Amino acid sequence: MPLNIVVCIKQIIDPETPMSQFAIDPRTKRQAPGNNPLVISPYDANALEVAIQLKEKQGAKVTAISVGGATTTTALRSALSMGADEAILVNDPFLAGSDQRGIAHALAKTICKAGAYDLILTGCESGDWADRAVPAFLAEELEIGYVGYVTRIEVRDGQVIVRRVVEDGYELIEAKIPFLAAISSDETNTARYAKLRDIMTAAKKMIPVWKAADLGLDPERIGLGAARAAITDVYIPVKESKCEMIEGNTPEEKAATLAAKLRELKLI
Amino acid sequence: MPGTLVLATTKDGRLTRDTLELLAGASRLKEKLAQPVAAAILGTGVGPYVPLLFAHGADQVYRAEHPLLEGYQGDAYVVAIHQICERAQPTVVLLPGDVMGRELGPRLAYRLQAAFVGEFIDFDLDQASGRLQFTRQAYGGKAIAVVQPHVNSVVATAKLRTLEPAAQEEGRTGEEIRIDVALEASQLKTHLIKRVREEATGINLGDAKIVVSGGRGIHGPEGFKLLEDLARVLKGAVGASRAATDAGWVPSSWQIGQTGRNVSPDLYLAFGISGATQHVAGISGSKCIVAVNTDPAAPIFKVAQLGIVEDWKAVATTLIERCRELTGK
Ligand SMILES: Cc1cc2nc3c(=O)[nH]c(=O)nc-3n(C[C@H](O)[C@H](O)[C@H](O)COP(=O)(O)OP(=O)(O)OC[C@H]3O[C@@H](n4cnc5c(N)ncnc54)[C@H](O)[C@@H]3O)c2cc1C
Repeated sequence: MPLNIVVCIKQIIDPETPMSQFAIDPRTKRQAPGNNPLVISPYDANALEVAIQLKEKQGAKVTAISVGGATTTTALRSALSMGADEAILVNDPFLAGSDQRGIAHALAKTICKAGAYDLILTGCESGDWADRAVPAFLAEELEIGYVGYVTRIEVRDGQVIVRRVVEDGYELIEAKIPFLAAISSDETNTARYAKLRDIMTAAKKMIPVWKAADLGLDPERIGLGAARAAITDVYIPVKESKCEMIEGNTPEEKAATLAAKLRELKLI
Repeated sequence: MPGTLVLATTKDGRLTRDTLELLAGASRLKEKLAQPVAAAILGTGVGPYVPLLFAHGADQVYRAEHPLLEGYQGDAYVVAIHQICERAQPTVVLLPGDVMGRELGPRLAYRLQAAFVGEFIDFDLDQASGRLQFTRQAYGGKAIAVVQPHVNSVVATAKLRTLEPAAQEEGRTGEEIRIDVALEASQLKTHLIKRVREEATGINLGDAKIVVSGGRGIHGPEGFKLLEDLARVLKGAVGASRAATDAGWVPSSWQIGQTGRNVSPDLYLAFGISGATQHVAGISGSKCIVAVNTDPAAPIFKVAQLGIVEDWKAVATTLIERCRELTGK
């Protein structure tokens, strides 16, 4: 039996754009899009990669889902060109302003409507807010097992073995299917670039758009009114620091000066 | 009774520094909101930690002893802490922003129907409304956001190495409350097979006084051997940027930054690291940052106190020699 894997992705403004391109829109109190590209939030792309590798290794159906606006179709299309089999967009103005619980509720209902699932993968944190809450809320809502900071997954005879990064090393953890893993990155799961042919095939695929009503979402849980916290302000902090540049004719000379300075400061 | 509840953790027979940071936060909340500080301690044989928790600011300690709570397991911990919350009825629950807290915090918030605030760096009472509000980083450390819970119950994880740890006050005591946790092995959906430690010098990054760190500019795993030598001479720990861990040059657990560890050494030596905000997010508690980078325009020089524009390798090699001489090793 091939596995059913659902990968939850989020489209965000490229989080690696330099500070010089970063601005907060004073009206919306959110990042001003500017000319920055929209991307799949990086760890979500690692999650897609993990899913697609499992598919290549042992057969799986990979479904990418996302809650977002109309532009999110682009992110789902990239997921299809990377190797996802199906994609579903949940786009409804009623969802605007939802907190993590509202988004998790929408994802849970979408996953259940989409069919049977064995594994749900998400990124371990989003590149914009990094609340790390949606995967946990989703697992709670579905009442399934959950482990965060997973970099590798092996599936054998209905048992999932995940490798999870912890503070001083890593752990191997056994989990029962169905199961949710929030994926972090390592050298085994760098997201692939799609091949031109796959991009062409993906361009022809239908991406259904589901609404809150299609999913039977609980209105008490979604939207701004249901949020349990408000983001009341967002600003760019002023940082002041002066860096003393160590000069010298050779790297050795500079290093020796640095060592002496650190000694003087009693840091070594 | 309304109050703040801190989840305490221990390592090698001591309360972790993370716990002392949370207790310091809870004590500040006590001043602002006039509400007591409670701590929860889970595990087996955790009795000896109770007086330590009192000494660092706890007014009450909820102690839950159960064999399934020995070592962190998410399903067991969330059940235990939830049961403690039902008894203690805290308005604010503080958890460390580590692998455990980042999993547990939102799960607990879900069960308590509480607001969840991830990784706060500070909190205060809003001048206008008098409500508790938190500040946290957003957009990979490029911005600060103010988050105000609407409900009277909040679960929050603290960004580690941001709050100063609570000081010990001899003779301070409090009330101990034993909790009998109803917990069965069948409730656990995952179980640990193996745990592997990967610290290069045996020194924990989060506690290290000196951290030697490398990034993409190290150009391969061999270079990190040199950085390990330097760390050994300096009795420090070795860390890395995500570029270096993602390349597989060093273990993922060495990653410092938003996703990885928060460090606050006296001395942070950054070799071949550009200083992306997500990396800097993990080192902002450092007293002195030294950057070595070939690019004079690298953003790391904006947060460093001392800088050298140079190839990292020549500098690291000489630094090892000079430090050996200076420290007599
Ligand atoms: C959601 C999210 C979370 C993230 N979390 C983290 C995190 O936790 N930790 C983290 O580190 N990053 C994190 N990142 C990634 C971060 O944005 C950067 O991509 C990363 O920190 C870059 O690593 P680097 O500085 O080693 O590499 P680069 O940015 O490529 O910089 C390499 C530097 O090396 C210098 N260099 C090259 N050769 C030499 C030489 N011979 N000698 C000296 N200098 C040299 C170059 O001038 C350059 O400045 C995250 C990103 C996202 C989107």
